[in-house]
Amino acid sequence: MRRNGPIALLFHALVVLFVLAPLVLVCLVAFTAQDTLSLPFTSGYGASLRWFRAVFDHPDFLQSFYNSLQLALLSATLSVCLALPAGLALGRYRFPGRDALNGLFLSPLIIPSLVLGVAFMRMFSVIGSSGSFFWLVIAHTVVITPYVLRMVLAAVIGIDRSSEQAAQSLGAGPWTVFRRITLPAILPGLSGGWMLAFINSFDELTMSIFVTTPATVTLPVRMYMYATESIDPMMASVSALMILITGGAMLILDRLYGLDKILIGERV
Amino acid sequence: MSKSAAAKPNRPWRSLPYVLTAPATLLFFTMVLVPLLLTALLALNSYNDNVGIKATYDLHNFLAIFGDEYYLRIFWRTFWIAALTTLICILVGTPEAYVLSRMGRKWRAFFLIVILAPLLVSVVVRAFGWSMLLSADGLINSALQAMGMAPVKMLYTAGAIVVALVHVMLPFMVIPVWTSLQRLDPTVEHAALSLNASQAVVLRRILLPQVAPGVLSGSLIVFGLSASAFAIPGLLGGRRLKMVATTVYDEFLGSLNWPLGASIAIVLLVANLIIMMTYNRILERRYSKTLG
Repeated sequence: MRRNGPIALLFHALVVLFVLAPLVLVCLVAFTAQDTLSLPFTSGYGASLRWFRAVFDHPDFLQSFYNSLQLALLSATLSVCLALPAGLALGRYRFPGRDALNGLFLSPLIIPSLVLGVAFMRMFSVIGSSGSFFWLVIAHTVVITPYVLRMVLAAVIGIDRSSEQAAQSLGAGPWTVFRRITLPAILPGLSGGWMLAFINSFDELTMSIFVTTPATVTLPVRMYMYATESIDPMMASVSALMILITGGAMLILDRLYGLDKILIGERV
Repeated sequence: MSKSAAAKPNRPWRSLPYVLTAPATLLFFTMVLVPLLLTALLALNSYNDNVGIKATYDLHNFLAIFGDEYYLRIFWRTFWIAALTTLICILVGTPEAYVLSRMGRKWRAFFLIVILAPLLVSVVVRAFGWSMLLSADGLINSALQAMGMAPVKMLYTAGAIVVALVHVMLPFMVIPVWTSLQRLDPTVEHAALSLNASQAVVLRRILLPQVAPGVLSGSLIVFGLSASAFAIPGLLGGRRLKMVATTVYDEFLGSLNWPLGASIAIVLLVANLIIMMTYNRILERRYSKTLG
């Protein structure tokens, strides 16, 4: 293997600095003791947790956090329930209309979220269900299902069929084969897909901003609204908490499936 | 005999794939096709401040968009910001993927996650981070002033949007380039070097042709996502520097002219689809050329 020269490593260091700078800065500013966006331990002040406490004095932020959490749990679960049978069908069988269905299920990846947001907003106003939490869950499910489907498809295609055939020849019924052999084999892909869907739903802004109402505002939407009006260190502490939650989810994802596999396989 | 025995129990299963995909089909039909159709119809309606949305069916919204310098300027700004973002992502992401691919296994796994993991952090958080870095009393300006230089206005400029977009989009360039570099047989590079090819020749004759599809694929994803980006221009561009996405948002939730907002969204969607299809065309032609 040829090593990287000093120029290549310097370039690499700059890229890493560029990638991490805003995230690290957000986490540092969250601990400031001052009233303005500033680093802790500057201008004679120390560090403090006051802006984390401030989050808990904002019931609207807490409500949004709760909304986002519930929304992500429900839509990720629903999405797995839909993607599992669909992935099995698309991965195993050749049938007329298969390519069309595959394209339809992956279409949210090439339709900009903005356009989907507008389209959902219009449809919800036509059917008179604007501001319904149920429909918000459905909308999120549509946007995150392609990610789960891809993970399920990869898992289904990777299965070694011989153990299924062995079970079948030993007299196991189709349900037993599925429950005892197929499901355990695709479980890592399935749980990885659930986690990825959870993160994507929890972070989603552009589509949600069109279909949430004051009662159903999600955390990213609340943060966006807050940041366009006033900027104080509380934004930093909420952001740091978001990074913490996403980081925790990423750790679980890494254990379940391998983060590098998910990130590299995520887009074509 | 065995053949017919295998075929028989398969008969009743012929509808199985349709049964299995039915729930997802129902969801995507009602939640992708129907809403898009409704939006396309909405784009044909007209709007009036007194009556609201009127059910007319003509193309006057599209004519208004393409005839109004205000909207054309927004489309043009969106186009060049997305194009510049794509160019910078190519110039930074391609060498970075190459540097990563030449690292030792452990470091490579570590830095790959460092570079790609921000993909999973909410874009609002990242936009907020950049607004702190670039603001008038932000870190960069404080550093400039500490060195005795005048502060520079960076926030609420197109430059701020481009920098933050590059930050958000870089992983989408690194991933496909990295994937195409993985397919490169390192011995080819060694062979060329041992045959006295210069580093420049190796780069031009071996590396570039290999990563070109990855760069192309990354460019389209980056361009498409940048052209429809919402949070970054919304938080870093301010009120006056509007891009397509923020304009659609303002039409829908500010001036309540839904038909006009829907037409702009449709234009964005069609442009996006054309780009994606052109990409598939180019890729197919490339493969047929190299294979044939």
